[in-house]
Amino acid sequence: MIKLEQVVKTYQMGQVEVHALRGVDLHIETGEMVAIVGPSGSGKSTLMNILGCLDIPTNGKYYLDGIDTGKLSDNRLAEIRNKKIGFVFQSFNLLSRTSAVANVELPLLYSNGGNRRARALASLERVGLAARAYHTPNDHSGGEQQRVAIARSLINHPSIILADEPTGNLDTRTSVEIMALFQELNGRDGITIVLITHESDIAAHCRRIVRMLDGKISSDEPVAQPLIAV
Amino acid sequence: MNLRESIQVSLGALAAHKLRSGLTILGIVIGISAVIALMALGRGAQSSITANLQGMGTSVLFVRPGAPVQMGGVRMPQGSAATLTVEDARAIAERVPQVVTAAPEFGLVAQVVAGGQNVNTRIIGATPDYQTVRNWYPAQGEFISTAQVDGQAMVAVIGSNVALNLFGEGDPLGESIRINTRTFKVIGVLQTKGGGGFALFDDQIIVPISLQSRLNPRRTASGASNVSNISVQVDREENLETARAEIEALLRQRHRIQEGRPDDFTVSSQQELTQAFSQVVGVFTLVLGAIASISLLVGGIGIMNIMIVSVTERTREIGLRKALGAKRRDILVQFIIESIALSFAGGVLGFLLGWAESLVLSGIRVGGTTLQSEIAPDIVVLALGVSAVIGVFFGIYPAYRASQLHPIQALRWE
Repeated sequence: MIKLEQVVKTYQMGQVEVHALRGVDLHIETGEMVAIVGPSGSGKSTLMNILGCLDIPTNGKYYLDGIDTGKLSDNRLAEIRNKKIGFVFQSFNLLSRTSAVANVELPLLYSNGGNRRARALASLERVGLAARAYHTPNDHSGGEQQRVAIARSLINHPSIILADEPTGNLDTRTSVEIMALFQELNGRDGITIVLITHESDIAAHCRRIVRMLDGKISSDEPVAQPLIAV
Repeated sequence: MNLRESIQVSLGALAAHKLRSGLTILGIVIGISAVIALMALGRGAQSSITANLQGMGTSVLFVRPGAPVQMGGVRMPQGSAATLTVEDARAIAERVPQVVTAAPEFGLVAQVVAGGQNVNTRIIGATPDYQTVRNWYPAQGEFISTAQVDGQAMVAVIGSNVALNLFGEGDPLGESIRINTRTFKVIGVLQTKGGGGFALFDDQIIVPISLQSRLNPRRTASGASNVSNISVQVDREENLETARAEIEALLRQRHRIQEGRPDDFTVSSQQELTQAFSQVVGVFTLVLGAIASISLLVGGIGIMNIMIVSVTERTREIGLRKALGAKRRDILVQFIIESIALSFAGGVLGFLLGWAESLVLSGIRVGGTTLQSEIAPDIVVLALGVSAVIGVFFGIYPAYRASQLHPIQALRWE
């Protein structure tokens, strides 16, 4: 369902050309739970941006559900982000002063989906936060905020959830809870999850680990026995 | 995203910064209210002038001394040349068949004293025909009679404001007033005309025209007493043009003006005068309004400023919305609606404030003129329309900047 062929991404930073990705081939099938790990500067964030259709490759092809995303207009990319991709960020990125349920509804605002409130509440139910639907992010702990963000990523039934350092701002205990939630969504609901992290014990919860170095994939191995978060 | 949702999102964003939004709106409120107040007062002046002139009926011609000059397509009397006489008026009444009456008058400003009070006001010398032509009669007592004109009686009919200023609540009839050191007996008080504009009818005092030589030493070259205006009542409106031509021919003959030389007088109809005065007031109002609208420009720049700040502050939010599927258009619309909401709210409040201002000012007398306010639907539409346009105009650049932000950079913004 995700297929990258020789993806190259080059940025122009002033006079200097930065080769963020130097030819990446990657296949991710439906229902997988993949961790992408690597030191900073290895190109994992750039890879994430391209997987999330926030950016397009300089060279090479990216097929998402068979669609060649390199050929799409800005508006079509926005639609794909809206319908096919659920984002989870390190810093949660919730709108402050806005209730959890309204935050979860946000993607529906841009896809003209009906029945919003009910769908948003159901989504919060899935992450175990239905009871606190009408609290604002300021009233939520970090773990709860990340749950709201996950509920938001689920709302449009995306093909894939992209989580960029989802536990980076959380303590160990809460991190494990969030990983448990991801494992549950992946195992029970079969949702494809791609997770970027630099913490190896977080990556160890996934069933496959892709290591990045200097803009290339240095290793791509299945995890024999993923950690089970409880 | 549909329009209703965009509006909800935008209003929510504004409500999150109440003080800031309020101060931004204030700029527009001040601008719009200034424009509205000026326009309402200008419109009030215009309609009071029109009402006063139309009160005389539509079949009236005015003959004034001085050659006509062109002004915006309307003939305006040049003014001070002393060429018309009481005899001219009599000739017009007798020799032009369509003319019912011709009322000559002269005017001057004089010091008037009664009891301990003293006012500086306009004295009109007139004949009994003045009432008919001007459609203006005494409310108390009576008007000057032909006998009083012929006998040069020292009598005066005073305007209602004069009565109020000189005698207060007391009865002015039979009282004495002094005009330029001469004593007159008050025989009547005129109906209140109200309004103001440039005409100040209720501040006038009317005396027999035959007293002119005693009050005003100005004469024509030939020695006859001059008049400042002859109001001519024509029998039917359709005869206005015929009457005008005949009056012109008659006066040219009487004044011995040679073929090819310009008239030394001007004949204008009531409509022409109304038009000319309205035009003058209209231009005046427009100029004042234009000056006031500078403050609108300042208000608009304030909106733009605050919108740019808001876009910068909310860069991450914009990035997030884009990541979640907002298109450029969605972001553009959201921010334009915010700026329209600001300026439109300013427009509504400014309109109400301007209206209130004009009502407060409308009682006030400035230089003998009573200000009047009039709010017409077109002023309302103008105020709201202009404020909405300001919102779009000054909102479009910040909104465009917001819509062009790249989602990745916007999300990384600290």
